[in-house]
Amino acid sequence: MGKTLLDKVWEEHTVRTLPDGRTQLLIGTHLIHEVTSPQAFGMVRDLGLKVLYPNRTFATVDHIVPTDQRAEPFSDPLADAMVKELRKNCAESGVTFFDLPSGNQGIVHIVGPEQGITQPGTTIACGDSHTSTHGAFGAIAFGIGTSQVRDVLATQTMAIGKPKVRRINVDGKLAPGVYSKDVILHIIRHLGVNGGIGYAYEFAGSTFDAFTQEERMTVCNMSIEGGARVGYVNPDETTFEYLRGRPYSPKGAEWDAAVARWKAVASDKDAVYDDIVNFKAEAILPTITWGITPGQAIFIDEAIPNPDDLPEKDRATAHEAIEHMKLTAGTPAIGIKIDVAFLGSCTNGRLSDLQEVAKHIRGRKVASHVKAIVVPGSQGVASVAEKMGLAEIFREAGFEWRGAGCSMCLGMNPDKLVGDQLCASSSNRNFKGRQGSPTGRTMLMSPIMVAAAALTGEVSDARKVFGIH
Amino acid sequence: MALEKITQVSGCGVFVPGDDIDTDRIIPARFMKCVTFDGLGEFAFADAKLAEKAAGRLHALDDSRFNGATILISGSNFGCGSSREHAPQALYRYGFRAIIAESFAEIFFGNSTTLGIPCVKMSKNDIADLAALIEKNPSIQVTIDLTESKVTTDDVDFAAEFSLPGHAREPLMNGRWDSIADLVDGLEDVKTRVATIPYLSC
Repeated sequence: MGKTLLDKVWEEHTVRTLPDGRTQLLIGTHLIHEVTSPQAFGMVRDLGLKVLYPNRTFATVDHIVPTDQRAEPFSDPLADAMVKELRKNCAESGVTFFDLPSGNQGIVHIVGPEQGITQPGTTIACGDSHTSTHGAFGAIAFGIGTSQVRDVLATQTMAIGKPKVRRINVDGKLAPGVYSKDVILHIIRHLGVNGGIGYAYEFAGSTFDAFTQEERMTVCNMSIEGGARVGYVNPDETTFEYLRGRPYSPKGAEWDAAVARWKAVASDKDAVYDDIVNFKAEAILPTITWGITPGQAIFIDEAIPNPDDLPEKDRATAHEAIEHMKLTAGTPAIGIKIDVAFLGSCTNGRLSDLQEVAKHIRGRKVASHVKAIVVPGSQGVASVAEKMGLAEIFREAGFEWRGAGCSMCLGMNPDKLVGDQLCASSSNRNFKGRQGSPTGRTMLMSPIMVAAAALTGEVSDARKVFGIH
Repeated sequence: MALEKITQVSGCGVFVPGDDIDTDRIIPARFMKCVTFDGLGEFAFADAKLAEKAAGRLHALDDSRFNGATILISGSNFGCGSSREHAPQALYRYGFRAIIAESFAEIFFGNSTTLGIPCVKMSKNDIADLAALIEKNPSIQVTIDLTESKVTTDDVDFAAEFSLPGHAREPLMNGRWDSIADLVDGLEDVKTRVATIPYLSC
């Protein structure tokens, strides 16, 4: 009987079975950032322990860094203290820190892959739920709480039960103007925001085979929005080519040995799954969210649903969503006025996201009432994008070109919605208050759809706005 | 590390209605600009409370009838979204010692168990019945019994079964809910295992 990638990685990283039945699982790579690590370092010290393998933890700052005025000290003393605390903790424990002056700082889930730290067949943990992103490389990657950050710092392991595996096949060719973001929003819409609880999602099928590494990251990133703590894609040539030559990728003879291991870790053809779900790529259209959970999604040409037409279990949240979003059931999504357009985040802040949008907006202008910002996911992305002339294209179109960070995905830095502003956002969460204003409203969509909304000033079908056929 | 053996949690309850209550709602991100968890309790549900006020309603945690509640009761997929441990830390510091919900998001469930907060799953109907009893008599004592897997109340004949997976129940009942001691016990095995894994040993 064949094994899944999860089975193989789990087996290799199992230290022992704990008295409560969970696995003491070795975490090969630990990523940390300024928000969920300071308390963990404190706990390690209080217990009289030390960081066991400092060379297996990598740090950066992303959540609280301003994206415009980046000189230290930051105007927010609390944010400034958090960066200094991380700097001190890394220096004291010997952890590599991709700090602001390094040129390599960025959102932790963008920095790991671009440095070649994220590799197939590894286990990865980070105190951030979007750690599932790294699964795009065939890693088993978990978002964890701060006590578990402590556990990993002190023991390089954590206590966790082995999840079941649901294989999600998407087969076929996506239509022009439909992107990986639409694929994951569509999957969550159909399997629910809690459908993945207890599961790891294995994304597969010809659509995933054809995806670039960055497209796979967008999908795995949002596994957690479907309730699945882990999401992964089996590694293949696309993965290996992405990793070749990156700073932390194996070199020389080690490279060949690593690729052989990576090939072997992929799920066997006769692997047994706990569940299998199939989608057809051709049935997916540009998708947006209209509510307050990522599962409240519709195709761009659909109307805002009437909560009473939905299954009974979804109605209460739908009513709550309609009230918060100030929308009218039954009216078209196209034409809803937006105030802010946000292009960035660990979901869609990568070079290919910016390239795709820049290709279409050249010579066009952001609507006069819209505040539009582009936030590259890392200093690395920003630097390449600037060299390619993308920054200039965005600026000329009326977008603000910012420094790398989490920015307006969450309200922890100066980039926030004000009042009940409505934001067309390429990020991952449309929760009430997520973008920093308790009454702020978020509609999730692909980067190209964010750009279309930015230019027209309202929710629009990017295929029509940009003539994508 | 000797921890309290949690076999039973008793106290007043408060019902916060809604499904998919995410951790941003439990503790908005701006309150996470801190290097300790101290002081988070007062910010639990901060924006949800403000929103209710603005709509001319009262959030359950602002309703003085439920002051002093130690058991939080809610809907399905409670604690979804961000992995922030600040969420259960804020609830604990607010005074909550257990949560009853239709279901829990996975990371929140684990974070809460590690803090010694039992998160027990009960059916929608039983939650509605319990919420109605509390609404009628806020001082009713709710008891979550981990041995019996039952939620009971003191003044009327209410008893409902709950579910709690063994990997959470046993550590709570044995006083081993914070796994660090068990993980440290395995350190020699950790080193042995590291030596067998190519990307770690080279």
